[in-house]
Amino acid sequence: MTSVEGNEPYLKVTDLTVRFPTADGLVQAVTDLSYGVDLGKTLGIVGESGSGKSVSSMAVLGLHDRRSAQIDGSIVVGGTEVVGLSEDKMRSLRGNSVAMIFQDALAALHPFYKIGKQLSEAYLVHHKGATKREARARAIEMLDRVGIPQPDRRVDNYPHQFSGGMRQRAMIAMGLINNPSLLIADEPTTALDVTVQAQILDLLQDLQREFNSAVIIITHDLGVVAEMADDVLVMYGGRAVEYGPCKDILTHPEMPYTWGLLSSVPDVSADTNARMIPIPGNPPSLLAPPTGCAFHPRCVHASKVQGDLCRTTLPELLPGVRGENHLKRCHLANPDAIYEAEVLPEIAPEIMEGGLR
Amino acid sequence: MTTDAELPGPEAEAPTGAAPFQQYDEPVAFQDLVGQTHAAAELNPDAEAVLSVDNLRMYFPIKTALMRRTVGHVQAVDGVSFEVPKGGSLGLVGESGCGKSTTGQLITRLYKPTGGSMLFEGADLATMSEGTLKPLRREIQMIFQDPYSSLNPRHTVGAIVGAPLRIHNVVPKNKVLSRVQELLEVVGLNPEHYNRYPNEFSGGQRQRIGIARALALQPKLMVADEPVSALDVSIQAQVINLLQDLQKEFGIAFLFIAHDLAVVRHFCPEVAVMYLGKIVEIGDRASIYSNAHHPYTQALLSAVPDIKQAATGGRRERIRLTGDVPSPIDPPSGCRFRTRCPIAQEICTRHEPPLLQIGKRHKVACHFPGRLGAHPREPITARLLGVDTTGAPDPGASPATDLRQQPGYADTWFDLDAKSIGRA
Repeated sequence: MTSVEGNEPYLKVTDLTVRFPTADGLVQAVTDLSYGVDLGKTLGIVGESGSGKSVSSMAVLGLHDRRSAQIDGSIVVGGTEVVGLSEDKMRSLRGNSVAMIFQDALAALHPFYKIGKQLSEAYLVHHKGATKREARARAIEMLDRVGIPQPDRRVDNYPHQFSGGMRQRAMIAMGLINNPSLLIADEPTTALDVTVQAQILDLLQDLQREFNSAVIIITHDLGVVAEMADDVLVMYGGRAVEYGPCKDILTHPEMPYTWGLLSSVPDVSADTNARMIPIPGNPPSLLAPPTGCAFHPRCVHASKVQGDLCRTTLPELLPGVRGENHLKRCHLANPDAIYEAEVLPEIAPEIMEGGLR
Repeated sequence: MTTDAELPGPEAEAPTGAAPFQQYDEPVAFQDLVGQTHAAAELNPDAEAVLSVDNLRMYFPIKTALMRRTVGHVQAVDGVSFEVPKGGSLGLVGESGCGKSTTGQLITRLYKPTGGSMLFEGADLATMSEGTLKPLRREIQMIFQDPYSSLNPRHTVGAIVGAPLRIHNVVPKNKVLSRVQELLEVVGLNPEHYNRYPNEFSGGQRQRIGIARALALQPKLMVADEPVSALDVSIQAQVINLLQDLQKEFGIAFLFIAHDLAVVRHFCPEVAVMYLGKIVEIGDRASIYSNAHHPYTQALLSAVPDIKQAATGGRRERIRLTGDVPSPIDPPSGCRFRTRCPIAQEICTRHEPPLLQIGKRHKVACHFPGRLGAHPREPITARLLGVDTTGAPDPGASPATDLRQQPGYADTWFDLDAKSIGRA
């Protein structure tokens, strides 16, 4: 592990842009994205499919095809610049100080090899002096750590012999076998039942506390973000549209897209008069993104902005009315007031009756 | 059918990755958008049942590879009883493998049940032959989970939505197209797009096509099997509001199968919780979500991540269920939930708890039903089953004889607080 100098976050992404040439033209999947994650902290990235949330974090691990993907900007992991790093050096970083957990554990585990073999491979690659016996012991230790019963027997099972939750645990064990300082979890619980999801989230939190790693959790479930994340990054059309502390973003969102996300999911404890207000239309094409603010064709609050600023000018990602840490990309002058006056009464009537938080 | 043979018109150009059209051409104002949405559906307690399911069972045989000998059964659905009210909705929730989808497939008779009855307007769907069933199939339609695999990629939208009309011969052949266009308009799609193919539509739009197909025969009951779980969050709300629109306009009853407890709470005034092929708790919204008495329902609810948690920070204390759901091939004896239950006792191994009515519209199958943290110490079912508190036979007790599950709710129930029979 590399030491981090000064107050720099462990992972620092600056002005990241990722483009893919396709048969239909250049797709700009991520544009000018900047964020940072400290050790021991969790960043939640939310957005719809195609918003660039997975593409940006795969760039951190250098998982894009270098021959075609065009990556600009800078990604610094523990003091090492990752963009343009040679494949050899990338390899020593990948799975060692940076690891990733994927959504579909059945697709991410190799069906032909035993779980133990796949786990110990990850260990042996980064511990040249280790013997197979040590690697196997380490694999059993990790399976035990993630709560798989009878790990000494289960280590010799194939992935298909595991249940969905156990596969996800095995993948987490594989990701954590080298004690990474940065863990990227891409929709780690989307395919799982709520009870298993709760187990996996508990596990991730326990392990983070134990190893003091930085964690990025990519999800579309705002409930997961609310329970896990310290900071939230909301992405739309390849850009960050809102970025700040989790509590602030979820209780005082300042961007109509975030309002839309919050209003389109019901809450198990909400008032029964609460409505599910969808975001009209569909996510934009990144081949021909809308002019100005990418969200304006679907934005129901665009009329509150003077002229057709939303259609013509891309808003900057600037601090909102609630402080320096809470950034938003929107032309609305008084978003907090609009949210409280218009959106909140419809999606959470009980809060309005009982006074504001 | 003419639309089948027609080539896609010039307007059906190759998809550009974007949706070929938007459902809203001009951005609508927020208040108008709110006007198009619905609050949570309300219960009509006087509605008659459109579907009454009694003791429904489905055992799938497990056969050996060579001799095709039956060596066991997967007890996917094992004695399920419920009612779906006319024009109302019943939610069916549970973990994967609990039999909720199989129940839906039994009601649409994609499988023939092993036992039990399903009364739909006086006719028992469970025992009916294929021939007599066909006219009834018009009345019960299904919406599938995956909008990608449930639409034939080589059929146009017109052919897909028109197929039920042609099969059941409900409109003259030359009227099929205009009816298809009507249906597309009802579900919020552009009626001009009848000659496009499914791949030209986004996930949410495909789900609308599936809904239009289900709607084509004006069914009285729709079985919606995870209709929104494959969609993006912003699109989920669109589809839920559409289903609520249709329910209000056409008075369709829904059996709504989903694992997302929050969506079910919004859509269904009544909810049944399933575990390993059985209903463990069933009741109206308030009984299940604010007054759950079964430890499994309580665990499910406490596992749902809550956005409001952001206001207080950190994570709530939750009931941690350990382990996985046991195999339905060899379910645990007694109560099926006992292997993961935090409050299980000896009686739970010996006897299966009856589904006991404990409120006006609230039934629970547990020996120790109670609010979270206030489960009784002694099994309340012991006397009813004629056993002592450990489940051993009690020669002095007289077991209740009327414990068999009824699909609906009785006028009297067992009041847990007063330990006596309550009355409406």
